[in-house]
Amino acid sequence: MSIAATNANRADGWNRPPVIESEGEGELLEVAMGPHHPSTHGVFRMDVALDGERVIRLKPVFGYLHRNHEKIAEGTSYLASMPYTDRLDYFCSLTNNWAYALAVEKLTAQEVPERAQYIRVILAELTRIQNHASTIGFLLQEMGASGTPLMYAFREREKILDLFESLTGSRMMCNYMRFGGCRVDVSEPWLDATRKVVAGLPAFVEEFEALLSGNEILMARTQGVGVLKPDLAVNASISGPMLRASGVNYDIRKIDHYGIYDRFKFRVPLGDHGDIYDRYMVRVLEMRESIGILNQALKEVPGGPVMDPKAKLRGFRPKAGEAYGRIEAPKGELGFYLISDGSPNPYRYRVRPPSLINLTVLEDMCLGQNVADVVLIFGSVDIVLGEVDR
Amino acid sequence: MLGEGILKGMLETAKNFAGSFVSEERLTTVEYPEQRIPTIENTRVFPFLVYDGPDWQAGMRCVACQICEKECPPKCIYIEKSKDKKPDFVGKMQIYPARFDIDVSVCMSCQICVEVCPFEAIKMDTQFELATDDRFGDLLLDRHELAKSNEYYHSIHPAEAAEVDARLAHEKAVAEAKARAAAEKAAADAAAKAAAAKPEMPAVGGR
Repeated sequence: MSIAATNANRADGWNRPPVIESEGEGELLEVAMGPHHPSTHGVFRMDVALDGERVIRLKPVFGYLHRNHEKIAEGTSYLASMPYTDRLDYFCSLTNNWAYALAVEKLTAQEVPERAQYIRVILAELTRIQNHASTIGFLLQEMGASGTPLMYAFREREKILDLFESLTGSRMMCNYMRFGGCRVDVSEPWLDATRKVVAGLPAFVEEFEALLSGNEILMARTQGVGVLKPDLAVNASISGPMLRASGVNYDIRKIDHYGIYDRFKFRVPLGDHGDIYDRYMVRVLEMRESIGILNQALKEVPGGPVMDPKAKLRGFRPKAGEAYGRIEAPKGELGFYLISDGSPNPYRYRVRPPSLINLTVLEDMCLGQNVADVVLIFGSVDIVLGEVDR
Repeated sequence: MLGEGILKGMLETAKNFAGSFVSEERLTTVEYPEQRIPTIENTRVFPFLVYDGPDWQAGMRCVACQICEKECPPKCIYIEKSKDKKPDFVGKMQIYPARFDIDVSVCMSCQICVEVCPFEAIKMDTQFELATDDRFGDLLLDRHELAKSNEYYHSIHPAEAAEVDARLAHEKAVAEAKARAAAEKAAADAAAKAAAAKPEMPAVGGR
């Protein structure tokens, strides 16, 4: 097989990807999967070159959903960027809030009250559960399990989103965390409702596993497909469940001890093969660990304020300097890098999006696989285009 | 045995299917326009302006300080200050918004305007059925369309509104006590001055 750049420099300026010529019999087929493909989780294009059914080249094309988030944030106050972070990974707005709040708290050296720390952990773990459940649901949807696992996942997600709505006012665009705490206090009825939902979650994971984990079709479609080797994963700075499915023990909750995660007992599930099935399994096990963290956190929520009394909502000027706040978001390492020059706006605002960086190894995982598996491999990466393109 | 996992999965779906006839909890969907689930109290959709009393213009709490306009992340608020003044809820003369527009097609329901407002004047509505075919006419709301009574605010966010009312009543009481104290002091001062002053000097009145 050879890649011949026959019309890379066309006179009309249209920069086509180079034509690939097959060395065997027959011709290669170039397929543009997306940007409006139901399996691409939004507007994302994969230019795939196929030899029969096999993928011999895959070029991801980003940017359809680019909204200039980082530049907008550099032009507005620190507070005004908070609702925009909801719209990065719109499945997990609360973890996005946390990562950004953490970066600003590092920049301004603010303390977060005890109660707010517990609330943050509870909300982040609820977010993780609903994200993993719906990711698995979408993955199965793309596998052809027309809707059943997705609907089961969404049924549980709905309960968690109702909790979010009754606390923060919005189901997905929560805009809840603030620099130095949380916006509103949780009430005792809300905590009771959360305890009730969390008590029902193990049964849901059991049901999900009974439905899926031993399913022969799922195993045949996912085991040994889309393998990501640990050394490639580390070199490509993959993070999150994808990295752990390849067997690399790296969880920022364990490494950084941000927030109060060092107080909770939980294990980090690791995969062995790095295939799609391992990624599925790691997510299921992480849901179980999250339920464990939730049970521990909900037992011991302390009293007190949820906002640092010294914290200012608006009109503060952090000292010149830089800060990087990172958390273990459901999709991987989510970091916010801020440089302050002493003005009310950040001088530089940069997001380290796990979705985009996890997507960089897509071609390596897809080469030599069938075209039907590309959709599965893509689904197992777990991306949200709002975060990829920003 | 091959197919065991599939059969196990089918059993789960069968359980859910049969369960939806028996248990209300398993029936998670509602048929929306006919059936509705109650709105959650903290729900926020788009902002509105609160006014006290029967007249929306006289009772408008907003004093056109323009903090919300400045802090709004997508910049969907437009305010023009009035030239004249009107009394606010404690009777102090304040300017009011001659123009207050919110483009709800731009608004992203983030609630930052509510958080930064020092006068409890702007609050979030829970009305979500706002679909329209007139993008410019129906989605650009002026101050009359935005003005909603305090009673309406109480009906959608009862707990929050009660808290706000208590705080405003406290503020008003403090302001009135202060005004009374100031008036008494001024009167006492004036009386003392009048007693001490020479007859040809006019007495200085209190506020």
